[in-house]
Amino acid sequence: MPGPSDPAFDTLALHAGAAPDPATGARATPLHLTTSFVFESSEHAASLFNMERAGHVYSRISNPTTAVFEERVAALEGGIGAIATASGQAALHLAIATIAGAGSHIVASTALYGGSHNLLAYTLPRFGIETTFVKPRDIDAWRAAIRPDTRLLLGESLGNPGLDVLDIPRIAQVAHDAGVPLLVDATFTTPWLQQPFKLGADLVFHSATKFLSGHGTVVGGVLADSGRFDWERSGRFPELSEPYAGFHDMVFTEESTVGAFLLRARREGLRDFGACMSPHTAWLILQGLETLPLRMERHVANARKVVAFLASHPMVAQVGYPELESHPDHALAQSLLPRGCGSVFSFDLRGSRAQGVAFIEALQLFSHLANVGDCRSLVIHPASTTHFRMDDAALAAAGIGPGTIRLSIGLEDPDDLIADLKAALKTAERAAA
Amino acid sequence: MKLDVQGRGAYAYTGGKTWREDGPCVVFIHGALNDHSVWTLLARWYAHHGYRVLAVDQPGHGRSEGPPLASVEALADWVLALLDAANVPSAHLVGHSMGSLIALEAAARAPERAAGLVMVGTAYPMKVSDALLATARDDPDRAIAMVNAFSHSSLASKPSYPGPGAWLRGGSSALMHRIQNDAAGNLFEHDFRVCDAYAGGIEAAGRITCSAHLIVGTRDVMTPAKATKELATVLHATVSRIVSGHALMQEAPDAVLNAVRTAIPA
Repeated sequence: MPGPSDPAFDTLALHAGAAPDPATGARATPLHLTTSFVFESSEHAASLFNMERAGHVYSRISNPTTAVFEERVAALEGGIGAIATASGQAALHLAIATIAGAGSHIVASTALYGGSHNLLAYTLPRFGIETTFVKPRDIDAWRAAIRPDTRLLLGESLGNPGLDVLDIPRIAQVAHDAGVPLLVDATFTTPWLQQPFKLGADLVFHSATKFLSGHGTVVGGVLADSGRFDWERSGRFPELSEPYAGFHDMVFTEESTVGAFLLRARREGLRDFGACMSPHTAWLILQGLETLPLRMERHVANARKVVAFLASHPMVAQVGYPELESHPDHALAQSLLPRGCGSVFSFDLRGSRAQGVAFIEALQLFSHLANVGDCRSLVIHPASTTHFRMDDAALAAAGIGPGTIRLSIGLEDPDDLIADLKAALKTAERAAA
Repeated sequence: MKLDVQGRGAYAYTGGKTWREDGPCVVFIHGALNDHSVWTLLARWYAHHGYRVLAVDQPGHGRSEGPPLASVEALADWVLALLDAANVPSAHLVGHSMGSLIALEAAARAPERAAGLVMVGTAYPMKVSDALLATARDDPDRAIAMVNAFSHSSLASKPSYPGPGAWLRGGSSALMHRIQNDAAGNLFEHDFRVCDAYAGGIEAAGRITCSAHLIVGTRDVMTPAKATKELATVLHATVSRIVSGHALMQEAPDAVLNAVRTAIPA
């Protein structure tokens, strides 16, 4: 039977969570720069604090502008809700802190952003949370690493630095067989390229600093819940299925059959850790989110042209992009990322570190900096920046060569980007002499 | 709270308050393929304003043991049995959609036990099209998507439910999928057939002795407001019209609370 369904992605990107302002008629989402919200009465105040009514109290917990951003991301991901955070790192921390504590264990992919790896490998052990790292393609390793105290499996939709494609359906199955949720960092893909919930993931987070914003102006993060994971049935999450003395002995899984995780994350995590997103940041990211479908389509189209150019250039040893048959996850990418593999990738320049430096310094349009997902094209040479203390052997162990270059392809005319790369490659070639 | 009702385990959410043995009581009854969690804001409000609250999971839904019961009449008897199990002599009966028919029938079967009747997002008859019934039978996921789209009138209902940051369409869809997937059979088709088959509404309305209140959504296309006229007349009901689709408690939680408060004062 044909019938109605929810609006399509492009429509949700513009409208989900936002309506003309009832107070002023403003069509665009207003920016509510206020710390707090007036109570109608003492009774009204009590009912808000006690979750008898929904509403805003204090902008660390919720804010009308920030809520539009949260609801829109949830809609685009196909989830039940989201929580905006001060950064992507704060989103990851909020996810972990909501369901794990001292004595808990995480299984994570080795192919992670360095900041995520630092948190898991060095910082969380200080708080009693251990992580076992596994190669993302080794499904048996994921399964074998799960312990009775495991609370979470974690991977990136496209992993750092080699764009390993996370086999979400299979890893989610491993997680669910053990009664554990799968959290996916979907920063590189955005929901336009892939909706991890549809593939079986339970939680998703983003560094909203990157493609969701697209403008390179603000730092932010967001954590979304699919509402599918049964926290009570799992038996591993007393934080959600037993009374919480910190909030009226609330049993979150009774309070909300599908929203227990987000309830606790907001009522405890934002309240106590406080890594909330500024409404100003939310407003700015919303401006970017409105054009996410258009931008991602262009990012991918530009990336494909640049990849094709580099893959055929004699100064380039290899390009690590999953749409190329040479990539180990080529087939998986065709299945899980049919719209494309994003616009962040690395390639290996033939030659020395010095030639890598020469290449970077010769670029005119590409900006040399430590970020990705900007509307402007970006470049970084790990061997001379983020990993400059490592010798060549250590670099190789990290999957990075002396000539490895990471690009984030922006929205410029691709012919101009290719011309810039061509000239810089020529300079690098000359630097060998 | 767990209860034994008709020999099977039943669950009722008590609004975040420990159950006590006396005091006025409100029973909240959910609609098709839902559970108690569609009522939590209202349930918490009444539980913290002097009432005992029982927001039930119907048999075979959520935490209540199955099998699901085959008719509105059987579910009404189950509600009355639940009152017995909880040692509640009488209660305000509040139902949404299919749950409103159950509340109506229960109030008619035992008028002395109904302190008041509130029917939210209701219609009588609550007929379901043959095409939707067939889709519910053959492709429940598709039917859930359709009903979810039918049930929401907006892409931005504030302040959202259970609070800011919640995407209502996603939450409603996830709840229906959870209830359906946890059930032994096709609960979606079952619940819709229960709604469709109920034929005793006007007769039941004529036997009601308590006050009745209807709360309808002006944008509700599942149970359109105009489909309550005869019911409202026979019930001598007051009617609150709220700008909302069928998911009234989610789209307009404050307006629904205010309307319920006119029927069940704190």
